[in-house]
Amino acid sequence: MAKPVGMRRLVVRRSVYGIVTLWVVSSVVFLATQALPGDAAQAILGREATPERLAALREQLHLGGSLPEQYIAWLNNLVTFNLGTSLASREPVVQVIGSTVLNSSILMLCAAVIAIPLSVAFGAWIALKKNTIVDSVASVVTLVLAALPEFVIGVLLVLLLSTGFLHIFPAVFVLSPGQPVWSKPAQLVLPVLTLVLAVSPYIVRIMRATMLEVLESQYVQQARLKGLPERTVIWRHAMPNSIGPVAQVVSLQLAWLIGGVVLVEYLFRFPGIGFQLVDAVTNRDLPVVQALVIVIALFYVVVNFFADVVTLAANPKVRTAQ
Amino acid sequence: MSDTAIAPALTLTRNQRKKSLLRRALGAKRTVVGLALSILVLAIAFLGPYVAPHSPTEFIAPPFSPAGGGAPFGTDNLGRDVLSRFLAGGQALIILAIIATVLGVGLGMVVGVLAAYSRGWLDEVLMRAGDVALAFPQIVLALLFLSISGPQLWLLVLMVGIGHLPQVARVVRGAALSIVERDFVKAAESVGIRRWRILAGEILPNISSILAVEFGLRLTYSIGLVAGLSFLGLGLQPPAADWGLMINENRIALTVSPWSVVLPVLAIAVLTVGTNLVTDGLARAAIGADEGIQA
Repeated sequence: MAKPVGMRRLVVRRSVYGIVTLWVVSSVVFLATQALPGDAAQAILGREATPERLAALREQLHLGGSLPEQYIAWLNNLVTFNLGTSLASREPVVQVIGSTVLNSSILMLCAAVIAIPLSVAFGAWIALKKNTIVDSVASVVTLVLAALPEFVIGVLLVLLLSTGFLHIFPAVFVLSPGQPVWSKPAQLVLPVLTLVLAVSPYIVRIMRATMLEVLESQYVQQARLKGLPERTVIWRHAMPNSIGPVAQVVSLQLAWLIGGVVLVEYLFRFPGIGFQLVDAVTNRDLPVVQALVIVIALFYVVVNFFADVVTLAANPKVRTAQ
Repeated sequence: MSDTAIAPALTLTRNQRKKSLLRRALGAKRTVVGLALSILVLAIAFLGPYVAPHSPTEFIAPPFSPAGGGAPFGTDNLGRDVLSRFLAGGQALIILAIIATVLGVGLGMVVGVLAAYSRGWLDEVLMRAGDVALAFPQIVLALLFLSISGPQLWLLVLMVGIGHLPQVARVVRGAALSIVERDFVKAAESVGIRRWRILAGEILPNISSILAVEFGLRLTYSIGLVAGLSFLGLGLQPPAADWGLMINENRIALTVSPWSVVLPVLAIAVLTVGTNLVTDGLARAAIGADEGIQA
């Protein structure tokens, strides 16, 4: 018999795993931006740079010393949240990215809160309508939406709801300085809707497939044979057993959402990490790029951690397995 | 994005493989529709430059002129013919996306098969590395490296391809694991056939349908990613004509001159929907074949 492994031990194991992931990501960022052959300072400033400016920038990017020394300095700075100074605005990076991290979190949270319950419910519903016209229409629609790149969905929505047929929602995000993003809910509609349409198809499809599998299972048959009403069979027996596998796909989709915001924010000029990342890449603002990539990895690790915990909590077989 | 529909391991006997996967897939209506849509966009992209009325970089009228005269879809932000730029702007995108896909699926196949065949520590290391790689959304990986070098097409293709690697490797490993356990692999091992010959001769042919499905899926994503990076201004550089870049250059005038955005957006949409429909057809055909064996 397998000895039950306590939830606490699994949580600890997953946390260690997340920290290792962050360490590897930060090392890749270090290698990509600091250790590439050639002079990063020269690459950023161009050929006309004066020696003084080059020296100053090298100092700022910690390009002095041997590779291991640079690496230790880099890790040390990360752990102490000393992320350097933005090359463009000359302000501390932590200050520059603080508000955008908050804005993107709000955007992703809105998208997730709308997309996840809706697509889980919709997926379960079309599973119950198997082989009807609803099922085949939903199959084609999710296939089409899954194929479209997120910025294409965004542009199509702008054409439909903003500039072309209807003129309901603004096509770009405009905020006066100091205004929080949630003060303009109408402007949030299109970016959120774009993200919802981009992540939902996968969740709908996996929910449908899982639900179909569960409905065929012996315990659902058993529940039906006991004469339980169909409503109870679905809500008490089928749905809870579908959550585990779906949580994994949901976590993958949330992880994808973190990458998806880049293009969507840029399209709508939404003041979040994605828009800022593109801006920093275009301006070669290396300290900001480094910090944002690590923030994005941190988002991923946190999302993944919670998805794992939900999966484990939903499935006693996994929870107690060795 | 994730891959959902194609979970089961797909294996075919030699007889069933004779009737090719594509031909079986073409039995479904959606595969035919998908293929037609893809071919339509490919034809525009590759034949377009030869029938374009103007050079894509020639100034023919004031910026954002309405449709009419020499420009059936008006002019763009610099007064160039929208139709000519549209006809010239798809080729590079499609070629770059195909190279990135070949690279990503090729490398992912090698890593996945090696992991499945070696099992043990190599498998563990490769798969854990894959998990960590997922913490880099593909577009972020590309942006990280492009931030150092500035826009470079070779680096863009390399990063899109490498971004596919972990997920392709995981799918291929899953499919190959069930083959590795089969008797014919054991038999080949026992008579002393070399490892690489077993990999190439016994294992690869048996996962060919899953590789085909994976190729279609990754091609769809590559098209979106390459177009997206070019939309961000990190792909082809002005004054080149490119669909992603066109959307970016002209979106400020969406109300005045919508065609310069609508044409490239529709082309990308139709192409990705087309390739995804074909992929879905292939996946269904492959699963059907698998069920045939078990029955």
